[in-house]
Amino acid sequence: MAQVKMTVNGKAASGEVEGRTLLSSFLRDSLFLTGTHVGCDTSQCGACVVHVDGVAVKSCTMLAAEAEGAEVSTIEGQAAPDGTLNTIQQAFQDHHGLQCGFCTPGMVMTTAALLKDNPKPSEQEIREHLEGNICRCTGYHNIIKAILAASGQDVSALAAE
Amino acid sequence: MYNFEFEKPDTIADAVAALGGEEAQALGGGQTLIPTMKQRLASPATLVSLTGISEMQGICTGDDGSLCIGGATTHGAVAAGAGVYPALADLASHIGDPAVRNRGTIGGSLANNDPSACYPAAALASGAVIKTNTREIAADDYFQGMFDTALNEGEIITEVRFPVPEAANYQKFVQPASRFALVGVFVAKYADGVRVAITGASEGGVFRWTEAEAALSANFAVSALDGLSLPGDGMIGDLHGSGDYRAHLCAVMTKRAVNAAG
Repeated sequence: MAQVKMTVNGKAASGEVEGRTLLSSFLRDSLFLTGTHVGCDTSQCGACVVHVDGVAVKSCTMLAAEAEGAEVSTIEGQAAPDGTLNTIQQAFQDHHGLQCGFCTPGMVMTTAALLKDNPKPSEQEIREHLEGNICRCTGYHNIIKAILAASGQDVSALAAE
Repeated sequence: MYNFEFEKPDTIADAVAALGGEEAQALGGGQTLIPTMKQRLASPATLVSLTGISEMQGICTGDDGSLCIGGATTHGAVAAGAGVYPALADLASHIGDPAVRNRGTIGGSLANNDPSACYPAAALASGAVIKTNTREIAADDYFQGMFDTALNEGEIITEVRFPVPEAANYQKFVQPASRFALVGVFVAKYADGVRVAITGASEGGVFRWTEAEAALSANFAVSALDGLSLPGDGMIGDLHGSGDYRAHLCAVMTKRAVNAAG
């Protein structure tokens, strides 16, 4: 066991980890930040996406020890301290961008990374960026709508399906 | 996955020393190795992370105009920073998905030499030089078969140097579930000839299609490929496609790559 220290959602966090402890396991089991979901545990589904030093990664396919000293952001850090949803989360709610909600933490974190680099993505760019995020309710259409809305773009052109 | 000791050295020298230990293995971005270890197909006693070595990070242009990429540079960084070689940047921008590209590294991909990975096609078609902690290996000598390379035990890819071609293009027929190449063809035109490397197709891993190279070196046009084909024997056959299907795709994707390269 080794000590690992990182900053998670702006707060110092530390704990004992084994070499094999995944970042997703550390966040969920040691820090009790269970908003980061583990869907497939094989880096296919993207439910576990968090940001490490500003970029989106699949936390089930990164060792906790690799995040030593890193700035980590999870879904728990997205809303304001009083619980007010951020723009992306609110857009997901407004446009019914979630059904069961299991994939949503990863979708929101992936969206946050996209909009940071590309504030006004096209529908095609959004779809390509979500390649590694799977929604088994298959609610993709409203997720695209929510992301267009979160980026301040008109969603009426996106036909209802 | 089975437990292991984790080490994260700051320098190549320390990494080489750590890899000298019993059953030690290098860890790049882990996008292949960690899933492999979860399936218990690999169980090293020590993992030596190469992601903390600053001298293995980044992209620069060498004195001879070649593009030099540090072995621990992520696909995302290559996609964003290899603008002098647009076909290579484009290839990097379509590996896996965005989150995978933020972890996976060029050195990791080339060291693993997955028969369906994208980077081996770029390295072989470009006649790249694989620089390690001990030597420089020409791409033609480096790839030795499926998951097999010229690397010795404990040898680390520190840099990859790509001569920048006059024109190039990579066409990937995506296997949509894995996002690996069902067949991927990289065509690169240099002053001294055209090179064509194909990934995803052969049971021997990435290979050069020399017949197409000769035809394209004489005439860099889609029509130069008319009548050329590869045999289905020795091609990968699985539930996604037979050997004959992959052989057919090789010719189709080569034509598309030449067309796109202009």
